[in-house]
Amino acid sequence: MSDQKKPKRRDFLFTASYAIGAVGVGASIWPLVDQMNPDKSVKALANTEVDVSSIEPGKSITVLWRGKPVFIKRRTQEEIAEAKAVNLEDLKHPEKDEDRAKDPEWLVMLGVCTHLGCVPLGDKGEYNGWFCPCHGSHYDTSGRIRKGPAPTNLEIPKYEFVNSNTIKIG
Amino acid sequence: MSDRNYTPSSKLGKWFNDRLPLLTLRSHLTDYPTPKNLNYWWTFGAILTFCLIAQIITGIVLAMHYMPHADLAFESVEHIMRDVNYGWLIRYFHANGSSMFFLAVYIHIFRSLYYGSHKSPREVIWVIGMIIYFLMMCTAFMGYVLPWGQMSFWAATVITNLFSAVPFVGESITNWLWGGFAVGSPTLTRFYSLHYLFPFLIFALVILHIWALHIPGNNNPIGIDVKQPSKDTVPFHPYIVLKDLFALLIFLLLFAFFVFYSPNLLGHPDNYIEANPLVTPIHIVPEWYLLPFYAILRSIPDKLFGVIAMFASIFVLVILPWLDTSKVRSAIFRPLYKQFYWILVLDVLILGYMGAMPAEGTYLLIARIATAYYFVHFLIILPVLGKKEKTLPVPLSITEPVLGGSPNPDMVKKKIFYN
Amino acid sequence: MKNFIKLTFLIFFSLTFLSKSAFTEEKKKLLSTNWSFKGYLGKFDRASLQRGYQVYAEVCASCHSISYLSYRNLAEEGGPEFSEEQAKAIAANFDVIDGPNDDGEMFTRPAKLSDKFASPYQNDKEAMASNGGAYPADMSVLIKARSGGADYIYSLLLGYEDPPSGVTMDDGVYYNKYMFGNNIKMPNPLFMGLVEYNDGTEATEEQMAKDVVTFLAWAAEPHLEARHKIGFKVIIYLIIIIILAHLSMKRLWSRIEPDV
Repeated sequence: MSDQKKPKRRDFLFTASYAIGAVGVGASIWPLVDQMNPDKSVKALANTEVDVSSIEPGKSITVLWRGKPVFIKRRTQEEIAEAKAVNLEDLKHPEKDEDRAKDPEWLVMLGVCTHLGCVPLGDKGEYNGWFCPCHGSHYDTSGRIRKGPAPTNLEIPKYEFVNSNTIKIG
Repeated sequence: MSDRNYTPSSKLGKWFNDRLPLLTLRSHLTDYPTPKNLNYWWTFGAILTFCLIAQIITGIVLAMHYMPHADLAFESVEHIMRDVNYGWLIRYFHANGSSMFFLAVYIHIFRSLYYGSHKSPREVIWVIGMIIYFLMMCTAFMGYVLPWGQMSFWAATVITNLFSAVPFVGESITNWLWGGFAVGSPTLTRFYSLHYLFPFLIFALVILHIWALHIPGNNNPIGIDVKQPSKDTVPFHPYIVLKDLFALLIFLLLFAFFVFYSPNLLGHPDNYIEANPLVTPIHIVPEWYLLPFYAILRSIPDKLFGVIAMFASIFVLVILPWLDTSKVRSAIFRPLYKQFYWILVLDVLILGYMGAMPAEGTYLLIARIATAYYFVHFLIILPVLGKKEKTLPVPLSITEPVLGGSPNPDMVKKKIFYN
Repeated sequence: MKNFIKLTFLIFFSLTFLSKSAFTEEKKKLLSTNWSFKGYLGKFDRASLQRGYQVYAEVCASCHSISYLSYRNLAEEGGPEFSEEQAKAIAANFDVIDGPNDDGEMFTRPAKLSDKFASPYQNDKEAMASNGGAYPADMSVLIKARSGGADYIYSLLLGYEDPPSGVTMDDGVYYNKYMFGNNIKMPNPLFMGLVEYNDGTEATEEQMAKDVVTFLAWAAEPHLEARHKIGFKVIIYLIIIIILAHLSMKRLWSRIEPDV
């Protein structure tokens, strides 16, 4: 055992060494954490281009985007009118149809129920839109929640028309 | 050695410590009296602990991306190298980390051989260490199979085929190991499972290894027991902690050169070719740290006896504490043993080199001589030396040589102390 | 100290054996050139990578796949660094199989950035059958899969010569000075002027060999530049912290060992 007591004052050398050492430890930990972030091959699939030229009015397709289903529906004039006619005060999650579908003919939204994540069924439900069979949420022709436990409307992802036949999602 | 006098300073600490004495353990570890004359060859225990933990962490991270199936394994490793954020870094760290782990373990083992750390009362530490070493070799062997390159596949085939040498049940054992009639995907998945498991077994054994060490305490370069803890030892923290840290950083510098500038130097190019059961590489070679055993295996013409010789070469190390009969621990005071020690080192290096060469002609002859000498060293030379060698007079204590009064004035000059 | 020197010597002694190939009987002195990516500060020459891609695409890709590379890699940092538009255009030249569509059929479509490089053959067997029984090796990690690396591939490409007198080659087998066994089923792929480089560089055999090998070296190690850059920082950092640790250790131990 040492006969001397440890000096109470920390030498600057020790403090500086600890500090610089801590920087090294932190820098070493970062790759171990970052490796769990989405890797480049996953990020490369972060956007998807979809050819919509063959979709008739009233029909919809489902595509996979970032591992989740996306509904692309070409709405009929009746469905558009129905969506616009809804009084915002009747909505649990008030959103105007124009804000959800820039081009009213095309409705692009994530096919994931905002309650607990099941995929709602199209052309079903009391509001002529979608119906989620898991816990009974009803969505209207704009994908807004009208009845049932879901808290918010079906999510609209970022998308744009790169030309008249192609939508790029993401 | 255990500190029963420690009382935690806070009430919460005392409450907890009464129920699970972790704070007492911490105090024991920090105050643990360590001989003050340990040289840098004693830092490799800490370096090995770092290597084990680093391999476990990088391994667990790699396991998040690796696919253990024959059709996907090679591709998943390329995915890690190309797409996963810092995947290339973690993979090269893990692959070279394996080599660094073995470099450290060989230095650690040879330190023990030189300074007599395997001798009474440290026999159990030594045996546990040998079990750890054996498990390390199994882990490394299985890990090398996982990338599913040509060397992965064929090394697995050659080594698992050895078990068919067992009389009567050999073929059944081999098929049982393979999960089939040849190395294939079932082999890969079970090796993956065990490769993940074994390091945790090693970790448990390391705890036992350190616990067993703390009973008698560390050996030291002059091999003399601690006589007066207050004069001969220092508390582990901060003196030895800081010294171990310094040595670890230098070790990391060497490690960094491999990882960043020659990451494939210690590997084999054939392992960047996807496994092909129909094409055998021209020369099948294991990783460098297994080469001496490979040389011993191939130097015996008979398959079964080759396997026996290979396992015997490890077994002979396990029983070393009972083969080395010398009463004097450290080679510093054993001039004849010292010579034979360095000849053994040379012999092992020769075996390693021969393991990388084709097993024919002069290479095979040298490998056979080196194999024979290896067993002669342990089974004949050591027991005889212990009885017959005239050792140098040993100092009275660790501090004695420096403070004066030692029967050996050379000790005072040499300052075999803190270097 | 003496023992430390002994150990260092032992390690470097062992390393010299490792850095040689184990099979010195077969070793010929390989051709080499001034690779920009060799050495501690090695980087890739972007122009050479782009030319090398052109050689791969126009000469090699008809037989050799490079299937672990993705088209987006052509636009990523550390590589040829084509613009995203250029890389998209390159990808669109190739067709890949996708599907099944809603009718249950597989279909072909132009490749996107996210796709892996298309292979010239549908599978290995077709590749072998089309090349006299020899499989044209996938080039993704070819540089790392051959002893001698970049120098070896470079030498091989430039190593075609007439067989020594008295030796006749079978049909479809060619003599190459550097190939193991000297017999190779690939005919000399490079001829003077074979490729017309987009950047106007003269396409000599040496130039094409150098560029395509540089491209393949990048394909095998796309993160080489990041690795060298980070490595440099790590080593400088370690040297600094080693000095600090050493000083701290001396300071600490001086409390009990006055002569330290």
